[in-house]
Amino acid sequence: MLKKISRQNLIFFGGLLLFFVIVQLAISLHLLNDFWNTILRIGAVMAIVSLGLNLIYGFNGQFSLGQWGFYAIGAYTAADITYRWSNEQSSLGLTIVLFGVLLVGVAILYIRRVLSRIRGLDALSAFTIYFVASLILGIVAVYLGKLAEPVFNTVLRLLPGVVALQIVYIIAVLVAAVLAAEISFLFGLPVLTLGSDYFGIATLGFTIIVKVLLDNSDTMLGFQEMKGARGMVGIPKLTSWFWVFLFLVIVIVVMRNMLHSSYGRAIVSVREDEIAGMAMGIDVAEFKILSFVIGSLFAGLAGGLYAHINGFLHPNTFNFIKSFDPMIIIVLGGLGSMTGTLAAAFAWALLLEGVLRLVLPQGFETWRFVVYPLLLLLIMLLKSNGLFGDYELPFLRQIIPPLKKKLDPGLQTPTSTPASPSSAQKAIE
Amino acid sequence: MNASVAQKNPLVEAVIRRGLLGKGFLVALAILALWKLASSFMAGPTVFTQQVVNGLQLGFVYALIALGYTMVYGIVRLINFAHGDVFMVGAFASYFAIARWDLNLWLSKVFPTLPFWLSNAIGVITVILVSMVTCALLAFIIERVAYKPLRNAPRISALITAIGVSFFLEYFGALPFVFTSNFITYERPINVINWVISSQGVYVLPAGEAPPPTSIIFSNISLYIIIVSLVLLFFLNYLVQNTRIGKAMRATAYDKPTARLMGINVDGIISVTFAVGASLAGAAGVLYATAFPQLYFVMGIIPGLKAFVAAVLGGIGSIPGALVGSLIIGEAEVLSAAYISTPMRDAVAFSILVLVLLVRPTGLFGEPSREKA
Repeated sequence: MLKKISRQNLIFFGGLLLFFVIVQLAISLHLLNDFWNTILRIGAVMAIVSLGLNLIYGFNGQFSLGQWGFYAIGAYTAADITYRWSNEQSSLGLTIVLFGVLLVGVAILYIRRVLSRIRGLDALSAFTIYFVASLILGIVAVYLGKLAEPVFNTVLRLLPGVVALQIVYIIAVLVAAVLAAEISFLFGLPVLTLGSDYFGIATLGFTIIVKVLLDNSDTMLGFQEMKGARGMVGIPKLTSWFWVFLFLVIVIVVMRNMLHSSYGRAIVSVREDEIAGMAMGIDVAEFKILSFVIGSLFAGLAGGLYAHINGFLHPNTFNFIKSFDPMIIIVLGGLGSMTGTLAAAFAWALLLEGVLRLVLPQGFETWRFVVYPLLLLLIMLLKSNGLFGDYELPFLRQIIPPLKKKLDPGLQTPTSTPASPSSAQKAIE
Repeated sequence: MNASVAQKNPLVEAVIRRGLLGKGFLVALAILALWKLASSFMAGPTVFTQQVVNGLQLGFVYALIALGYTMVYGIVRLINFAHGDVFMVGAFASYFAIARWDLNLWLSKVFPTLPFWLSNAIGVITVILVSMVTCALLAFIIERVAYKPLRNAPRISALITAIGVSFFLEYFGALPFVFTSNFITYERPINVINWVISSQGVYVLPAGEAPPPTSIIFSNISLYIIIVSLVLLFFLNYLVQNTRIGKAMRATAYDKPTARLMGINVDGIISVTFAVGASLAGAAGVLYATAFPQLYFVMGIIPGLKAFVAAVLGGIGSIPGALVGSLIIGEAEVLSAAYISTPMRDAVAFSILVLVLLVRPTGLFGEPSREKA
């Protein structure tokens, strides 16, 4: 068993475990106060969002500014579910979203199978079919959710309160992520057919529409507890360092393994040259949708985590100006570099939220956003490929081999093509 | 359901081949929108006409901003996010020109015997020129410092730089000794005159009096905005179509390396394009502040974005396209604010953009993109 875990993976997971334990100890022993603890968690959340965007833009080349909209959807969905459970003792939000996500997910998968046999169907028609189906199933889910609510309530009440809350929280975060992914599928289907910059503008529009809807969530959408532009309060603060870290590691491992599989190579080939990819038999539209949906899934996940850090959500957090933050992070870190994205996300949180607040003297807090763009400009002018270029840490360059499968001795070193030519050279060296 | 059997049915085949499902969806949306418009018009024709007039006024301001976007995007393929903030600087420049230096009244101070309307008109032109020159200089500096070094870098680096410049202009402006982060009341350079158009005829509304219930108010501000915008639009069209520099701009937008081979100073032309676009944004800043007399350090973001949407809607690189797109966006914004819900106006503009792009991917007046050679 131990033999099959390579040295690099040992270092990777050992290092992660060590890092986790050290930070957890520092938090438990109050060496790290709440301020820095929050900044650390926000950094991890930003890392998840930015990794998702890096998948969409850095690896697949689709210029998306919609990441923040999916982040908002994830945040508000998860927050609504846990709010209803902790303040109203009702699992209505949970059941409706759960059933809705499951029904729509199954429907999308089934319709995809049917539509894949029809030739010559344009994206807009396909979108219409999916949209109508999702609308009907959404209404069905509301009724099913209302029916199932008492059952869920009784089952969850059998558990001790803390455990039930944690279970609701985790399901809420996951369900919110899947909801964001399904919405991104519906939205991306017609819009991904647009060209690069036009796609960016359309997704920016999506972010703005989501923000406007959140501003009026109490009047127009009818969710009283979201309180519209006044901001949602009373969300339980459940996102601990443990959960953030766990999800970050999962996202990193999933992304790294996916990028080094045949799917990942297809995704990267779409970025490099769509026509050449098509000539190689790659379904370009399929892989654009795939990476867009997975990236949005990560955004929804991060949103769900973010909602439970401060216990407070405000539509201004999801303003489109902020939607440039993940884009800035991935470009600063280096497009197509997971290492760069991770480093830049944490650096962004530490610098912007932490250090600049503390370093600047009294009365100069307003200079924070004057210094930040100057730094940004300086980095862009000096290193226009980002801080890390396309460098990857060694353990992010290779896939983690599945543990049970016996490896062929000839295939000990994975023959997968790394994400970019220069990291390929490094791997060969 | 067996798809392959279904596809043999000629009706189903036709529906699939022509994409009728998707088109039907769009047509249904269009019918819904038209029905909503018609019913709004029937409910109150005068209110509706009033809204259309307001939308026209907004649309012409957007057109001036949109031209800067469309020219810059057409020539360097950069979404210049700082353009909205240049517009903000233009508005503030005119504020200082009016409130601090009384530039709108300078002629009547020098020659008190001149008729007031003439000296005021020349004063307003001076204010607009001051604003335009400030913005042109600002854009020239921005282009030289921030964008030119990145000409050969990946396109995204320039975009991030543009966002950085935008943040810098906003938050530098928010500093207490620059523009401050407060709302500032703008002094209009002209006196407002409201004309009432009703069944009793056209007359000037006396100051402080409420207009009669079924009437349309047309103010001299609308007239001023429309005239200034049209003059600048014609001037720009002349510049681009009929002068040597305009020819060079078009050549650079079409093919940069070849333009360079033809002896065109490409970098200089790009700088000029930025400056011309920014000067239009400066004029738009004066007009916008006159119509909505309140200044704020982030006031440029939303109009800038709307103008960009308008430019994309009309077709990037096309001057009439920018005008038509801006009028559509202006009308859509005002009408949706009046008849759907005020906050939805931002969402409606973008929804229209997405729907139009789905049907015509290069905008209403855009030329289909050329294949890569």
